Amino acid sequence: MEISANQIPMIDGGFRLQWEKAQDAWVLLYPEGMVKLNASAGEVLQLVDGKSSVGQIIESLQNKFPQADSIEGDVLEFFIDAKSKRWVSFD
Amino acid sequence: MQSRSGGLVLTEAITPPMWLLAELTYKCPLQCAYCANPVDFARHKDELSTDQWISIFQQARELGAAQLGFSGGEPLLRDDLEILVEEARKLGFYTNLITSGIGMDEARVERLKAVGLDHIQISFQASSEELNNRLAGSNKAFAQKIAMAKAVKAAGYPMVLNYVIHRHNIDYIEQILELSLELQADYVELANAQYHGWAYQNRSHLLPSREQLLRAEETTNRFREKTGDKMKTFFIIPDYFEDRPKACMNGWGSIFLTVSPDGKALPCHNARLLPLEFPDLTTTSVESAWFGSDAFNAFRGDEWMKEPCRSCDEKQKDFGGCRCQALLITGDARQTDPVCSKSPHHPKITALVSNSVEPDVDLEPMLFRNMKNSLKLVKVAGQEPQ
Repeated sequence: MEISANQIPMIDGGFRLQWEKAQDAWVLLYPEGMVKLNASAGEVLQLVDGKSSVGQIIESLQNKFPQADSIEGDVLEFFIDAKSKRWVSFD
Repeated sequence: MQSRSGGLVLTEAITPPMWLLAELTYKCPLQCAYCANPVDFARHKDELSTDQWISIFQQARELGAAQLGFSGGEPLLRDDLEILVEEARKLGFYTNLITSGIGMDEARVERLKAVGLDHIQISFQASSEELNNRLAGSNKAFAQKIAMAKAVKAAGYPMVLNYVIHRHNIDYIEQILELSLELQADYVELANAQYHGWAYQNRSHLLPSREQLLRAEETTNRFREKTGDKMKTFFIIPDYFEDRPKACMNGWGSIFLTVSPDGKALPCHNARLLPLEFPDLTTTSVESAWFGSDAFNAFRGDEWMKEPCRSCDEKQKDFGGCRCQALLITGDARQTDPVCSKSPHHPKITALVSNSVEPDVDLEPMLFRNMKNSLKLVKVAGQEPQ
């Protein structure tokens, strides 16, 4: 499965992304369940708005975390994983 | 350990509730013989007001609950359901409606969507109209359920279809899964009946044979292979066929809070059958019920356990299993869940399973879940209705 920089991800209709104070984390809620996201998954998914492309999301993260290396590879890998879990879909 | 107020407390390790199940009413148009409601529901006729429910939602959300299930009885019978969903959604809950579909129409599906309902679960009794309606005790149920499942998908909800599985429908798993696929279910729960409440009363009619169960599991696995991952299918084995108990509710008072129609806080929707004084949320806060009440602390930790649980190296894994099952089979809620092969009462379970035979044709002797039968059971127990 390949994901290219110009594709636009969106949170899949079966999930809702939300900040949970009690968990101190971003979570994905779905029918009768919840996935607690780690910090980096939360950083990526909160930029998924149905308008920004994968490339734009990578750029935003590079601006936000200038010290980090390999953001591009990590984000692409995350989206492949997230798509296989049906958290996100691409138009 | 110090609490925020400086006193010594035992509640430091108690995690807040994550899951709130709001049983809005015990009223229901169906009469399923395995209903999870208490058999003496006829004694509990009071229902919380809209404002009382909203206050409970606020309190539970404040503690950290993220999932809210609207259940019953049939929650659609509450005409303030839309208000409750809207308030819950505003508070940030993921809102689940757990319904028979009876009392729904397309306009209401849309209205609930508009106020922010996230997901609808529809229960079916079987894959054929004839059997479904006989099991539900209603001759219109099936057609209505089909129509509502279609409306739910058309409105864009994720949809869970739930089938309670027992001796009379377990041989139709293939047809059940075909129907669910056709209706475009996102998730299917093949939830074998667990023998508490009404199902306990009707156990001799409902318990499948081991051969039936094995065949049903094989069919489910074959179907999963054939259809891939577009429909997620869960097959939940009846406890009686296991030799280790499940971690019931993920541990007593650990993540799950049920509130009954009349405002009793319960650690599980079956727990009302236990001889405990459950906190009344019309007079007690959710926080003090969850953290401080005797009922919620009764089976937390392992101090309460008897042997063989007490010295068992698996006690942190299953927490001794289900308290209701322990009470119903052994007469003592503190005993090891008799599903466990280490329990001295385990032979009672294995005898029940090996005595369970293939379907008898007549459903008639089953005790259907309705007001008349509930009153009868109240009388048997020597308790007069309110």
